[in-house]
Amino acid sequence: MSSETANIHVEGAAHGEHETMTKARIWRVFFILLGITSVEFIIALWLAPTYGLRPGIVNPVYIVLTLFKAYFIVAFFMHLKFEKVGLALAIIVPIIFIIGLILVLTNESHYWIDLRR
Amino acid sequence: MSTAVAHPVDVVKSTPWSGGRSPFDVEYGKMMMWFFLLSDAFTFSSLLISYGALRFSAPAWPSPSLVFQSFPGLIEHGAPLVFVGLMTFILIMSSVTMVLAVEAGHRNSKKEVVWWMIGTIIGGLMFLSCQGLEWNHLHSEGFWWGHIPTKQVMLEFFKGNPTDRQMAMTSQQFANLFFTITGFHGFHVFSGVIINIIITINVLLGTYKKRGSYLMIEKVGLYWHFVDLVWVFVFTFFYLV
Repeated sequence: MSSETANIHVEGAAHGEHETMTKARIWRVFFILLGITSVEFIIALWLAPTYGLRPGIVNPVYIVLTLFKAYFIVAFFMHLKFEKVGLALAIIVPIIFIIGLILVLTNESHYWIDLRR
Repeated sequence: MSTAVAHPVDVVKSTPWSGGRSPFDVEYGKMMMWFFLLSDAFTFSSLLISYGALRFSAPAWPSPSLVFQSFPGLIEHGAPLVFVGLMTFILIMSSVTMVLAVEAGHRNSKKEVVWWMIGTIIGGLMFLSCQGLEWNHLHSEGFWWGHIPTKQVMLEFFKGNPTDRQMAMTSQQFANLFFTITGFHGFHVFSGVIINIIITINVLLGTYKKRGSYLMIEKVGLYWHFVDLVWVFVFTFFYLV
């Protein structure tokens, strides 16, 4: 049993070497994350105040940029892009529940704001 | 059917999902770390979504660019996002050192793993210190669980003309949510630092060298990157939006 597990492990390690994170790739992802964060700062500190952009325009941009960052962290730093598709799906598909809660509570908070006026 | 062909049952057993090997091609502990992180993602999402719902339904809210405009110890006013920008940079940087430790682990380079892990631990401690300063700053202004600043102080944090009642209500919600969510995240960072220290000691003791693989570095790495991932969202929803 233990030798079998060890075998799987060795296979997995050998397999992973073909398509894993190299140092160059790690730094590339770092600069992408840094770049996206810088764009967020430029919007927050310069673009939005200078051109008087409303939160309704700026906030969706922040959220999209944040999701990009989340993708790069999960896919490359957490290595999920190089795992088996089954494992990636097992982790990502349940996120549907989070989207569900967002939809439900956004809808509900529309009602709350009317109550509070 | 000729007898030379393999028995159908044996053919079925050769597929990834019929037992005998890992269908996800991943070690048990690493898979369980992933599922733990999924459950942790639900916890953080619940907190952040409650925050979103309360803020979205509030008639007024303390403006982030007015509440977070100091660099503790250096600049008192007029530097929105600068301090939190530094915190974000520190955490992303420590994520990079973590993934470099994982990469060194793949090459079984004990010395490099140790140095990158120490870098990650220092990054984590720096982040926690910054968060301590940030909390201390807000606390000195009067924010805390169940506490809000005086009316004069609060007036500086709102744009528009909210009523006193609205200011008191939303400031209290902001204070409770801010300290709960960043506190829960900070507790994760703290646990991460402790776990990283334990794993680094194990590396120094040669535990993983004997085991023949540095997979444990990957597992704690997953946890550490998750902490960074959560911060990305906390940063957006507390400081930018």
